[in-house]
Amino acid sequence: MRIILNGEPAEVNAATLAAALEELGYGEGPFATALNRDFVPAGERPETRLTEGDAIEIIAPMQGG
Amino acid sequence: MDIYDEILSSRLMLGTARYPSPEILRQAIIASGAEIVTVSLRRESAGERAGQKFWDLIRETGVKVLPNTAGCHSVREAVTTAEMALEVFGTKWIKLEVIGDADTLQPDLFGLVEATRILSEDGFQVLAYTTEDLVAADRLVEAGCRVLMPWGSPIGSARGLNNVYGLRAMRARFPELTLVVDAGIGVPSHAAQAMELGYDGVLLSSAVALAGDPVAMARAFKLSVEAGRLAYEAAPLQPRDMAEPSTPVLGRAVFA
Repeated sequence: MRIILNGEPAEVNAATLAAALEELGYGEGPFATALNRDFVPAGERPETRLTEGDAIEIIAPMQGG
Repeated sequence: MDIYDEILSSRLMLGTARYPSPEILRQAIIASGAEIVTVSLRRESAGERAGQKFWDLIRETGVKVLPNTAGCHSVREAVTTAEMALEVFGTKWIKLEVIGDADTLQPDLFGLVEATRILSEDGFQVLAYTTEDLVAADRLVEAGCRVLMPWGSPIGSARGLNNVYGLRAMRARFPELTLVVDAGIGVPSHAAQAMELGYDGVLLSSAVALAGDPVAMARAFKLSVEAGRLAYEAAPLQPRDMAEPSTPVLGRAVFA
């Protein structure tokens, strides 16, 4: 299905957020996820089902002021 | 310095952005003596894993991290970012920024109070990036905030303390609260001035990161913050309008 990943169009076969992260190549690293602008805790990713057009945000640590 | 019952010996908090290299960032953190550095969150691509490398570097230094909500212009964005920061960094501290003006990066005080209330009720420990506005400060405290971080001047402007009167009034109004001047510090004398006003600490970033020699500048700020605090504790002489002889006049020889 087509989704929006960090603002860019992407294609995934996975049905859940956890499976999509694995399919897209995100490992165990430190990152957090949001689906359609709502935070999804790591523990809820396996039960979070994706639908066509969902917007996924994956954010990780970076330098800040 | 007391940050939500965590007692820190350094009164300098350092940003981690815009350094010439990760190694210079690492050396600057050490030279500054800072025990808290600010960090942020940004989109991560699967292949790059830049976040992992940065996070490893910060953890190696052993300092505590203060995640920010930089770039958030709405309450919802700021709250969601804070929730994500808690999961990634494992700290309840959040440097809460809700930006209201694109040119000055002035905080949206109305959104800031609302986001503070939401996050405090969720158990976050909010360090609010605010102005010297006393009414907003009262509202922030009512909303659960125990660390106020008024700007010295706009972020990255290096203009120092634009409103010394306002900052002094805030210190006088909240004698028990932890107050940190955040933003606008350009040179060590600005930081010393904030400390001489009785502020508990200063938070700065670009002044060190964009200096010609960031490591030397980090040390300069360390010394200025310590000097300013020591001066405050030593009860500085108050200014006066007219001269007062510093050499005693009693017993002076008369030749006229």
